[in-house]
Amino acid sequence: MTAMQIIFLLTAVVTLVSALRVVTTPNMIHAALWLVTTLVGVAVLYVLLSASFLAVAQVVIYVGAIAILMMFVIMLTRREMRDRGPQTGKQWPWAAVLAVLLFGGLVWMVQSVGLAAAPVGEVPQTAIADLGKALVSPNGFVIPFEVASVLLLAALIGAVYVAWTRRHS
Amino acid sequence: MIPLNWYLILAAALFSIGLFGVLSRRNAVAILMSVELMLNAVNINLLAFWRYRAPAHPVGVVFAVIVFAVAAAEVAVGLALFIAVYRRFNSVAADEINLLKW
Repeated sequence: MTAMQIIFLLTAVVTLVSALRVVTTPNMIHAALWLVTTLVGVAVLYVLLSASFLAVAQVVIYVGAIAILMMFVIMLTRREMRDRGPQTGKQWPWAAVLAVLLFGGLVWMVQSVGLAAAPVGEVPQTAIADLGKALVSPNGFVIPFEVASVLLLAALIGAVYVAWTRRHS
Repeated sequence: MIPLNWYLILAAALFSIGLFGVLSRRNAVAILMSVELMLNAVNINLLAFWRYRAPAHPVGVVFAVIVFAVAAAEVAVGLALFIAVYRRFNSVAADEINLLKW
């Protein structure tokens, strides 16, 4: 077993355990902190996959922005949820059965396809420059890029509109 | 080197945990967190296939970047909705927000 595999297994254990805590812990603030751990674990996986730009973006966007936004909303809305009944609905055994079935099916599928274990080549040194050029090149992905920016603008305006306090009502 | 299967199985486990959270949690913010877990599992899959199958082309990374943008938009709108719902119902429990139920 190589050092890379040991790092991968440790990261996988940390990621999965903290993901389980995210969906099972009753305290929402703790769940958000476990979510941060999970997201950092996924960032380590991106580093192992030599996707350095995505690893940095994961830390900046998910850990830095999304998790903190979650924390704010939990603090703004937790008064009622804190000590009122169970945190899971009545349907949780069915959800667990469905999740286990899905996991078993996916593992069976991955194992039966018989994917080659080794990568076909190395990531080029200019991978990040290639990514930047592909995002703005007309032969590349400029249209998805622009659609994503319009989507972000629409989400920004929509979020402000939805959460706005109307004084008269 | 790490086999490709390991990444796929880890992503499948993360996706299943996220699915369990979406289906079982009562708090709407927790449901959104579980959706984030599922999106992360998808991103691991995309990047694993990019690394092992087409590392010379940035197409897998571009797909993951678009998923990031969509996740950020989804969280912004979702959390704004929950704040609006909380103002009205004084609760974010998913089973108590039943105005549209018939």
